[in-house]
Amino acid sequence: MSDNYGKLIKDGLWDNNVVFAQMLALCPTMAVTTSGTNGLGMGLATTAVLVVSNILVSMIRHTVSSQVRIPVFVVLIASLVTIVDMAMNAWLHDLYKVLGLFIALIVVNCAILGRAEAFAVKNGVVASAVDGLAMGLGFTGALTFIGLIREFLGSGTLFAQASNLLGPSFAFLEMKLPGYGGALLMILPPGGFAILGFLLAGKRVMEKRMDERAAAQAEPAAA
Amino acid sequence: MNLEAIREKIGYQPFLLGVFALLASGALAWASSATGAAIAAAEAKDLRDSLSEVLPQGMADNDFLKDTVDLEKGGKTVTIYRARKDGEVKAALFKVAERGYAGDIQVLMAVDNDGRTLGVRVLKHAETPGLGDKIEVKKDPWIKGFDGKSLGDPAPEKWGVKKDSGIFDQFAGATITPRAVVKAVKGGLEFYDDHRQEILGGQS
Repeated sequence: MSDNYGKLIKDGLWDNNVVFAQMLALCPTMAVTTSGTNGLGMGLATTAVLVVSNILVSMIRHTVSSQVRIPVFVVLIASLVTIVDMAMNAWLHDLYKVLGLFIALIVVNCAILGRAEAFAVKNGVVASAVDGLAMGLGFTGALTFIGLIREFLGSGTLFAQASNLLGPSFAFLEMKLPGYGGALLMILPPGGFAILGFLLAGKRVMEKRMDERAAAQAEPAAA
Repeated sequence: MNLEAIREKIGYQPFLLGVFALLASGALAWASSATGAAIAAAEAKDLRDSLSEVLPQGMADNDFLKDTVDLEKGGKTVTIYRARKDGEVKAALFKVAERGYAGDIQVLMAVDNDGRTLGVRVLKHAETPGLGDKIEVKKDPWIKGFDGKSLGDPAPEKWGVKKDSGIFDQFAGATITPRAVVKAVKGGLEFYDDHRQEILGGQS
């Protein structure tokens, strides 16, 4: 199981997606997805922390006894996030002004402790790094997608202020729908829950269709 | 003895926790000292940028971040930054806060020697996006309506939003927010008036 990187990646991105399948980390998901840019930034920061924490947890997995593993992991993750927070404040200050509030939220992101517990503590360093990366990118994708939908419906823009996050060369991503005032509800928390609900339902329907199609294809072959 | 056996010993657990706490503190202390100077510089630059935004160009030739007076206002210390030109104080810059619809609204303002506002900007707020956030200058030019106003102009009873028969616009769906900003600016001007002598430092 642990050597099948293709499956790990597919798990992280789709089958076992942090938001859409595991339903973890919904607190930061609701809080930051008011725009695509915020979702992307938060997702990337979380991915970085997740990869490093998975690697570290995997490295110390033989040393740490199971009785005290939770406090050890919490200390590890909290220190890691604090260091990321300070480093961003010092050297990526403009980005920090956009995301600063949310960086500290990564500590309470249960997806990170969840991956440490569910995967890194049982698997090797490389597999854990791949798992962290796949889970992180799946999380980033989900956040960006929800953010884009809420931003589009709520304020009629796409990737507003993306150049703050990615540098001026990405300004072409920023789009604005002319003459659309926006539906405020979508920016507010209820909009986030509504969009997430629709997306979850959509994913279920898609998976059901895919299963049915696979079953239909398998049947003549079996006959 | 192999690792498996040691791991189960009762003394191992606190030892392990202790080692990790020590390592984590060490890493944090190192990171804090490595980033401290850069963070302080970035924050000073932020403050300078926002102060420069409320102060019209060419008003100051000093480093007003270093020319400060601390005054008491309702039990809290307010730092006044003084903009000087040719050694004379030309304007005072300070922050005021007022309770808005959701939490405090922090306002930065610059006042000239005649007690007129030179500029007002909202630094921090938690108002409803789309309704109350028109107090931000990048969303709406509303906040520029305070430029050039003083305690006597408009008359004290006109210092309010239009709903309260004042002269400042309110926003559709949000009255509490602009009301709080008007109150904050008026409070700031009154504060300046009360402490004019201390701010100007004996200069008339």
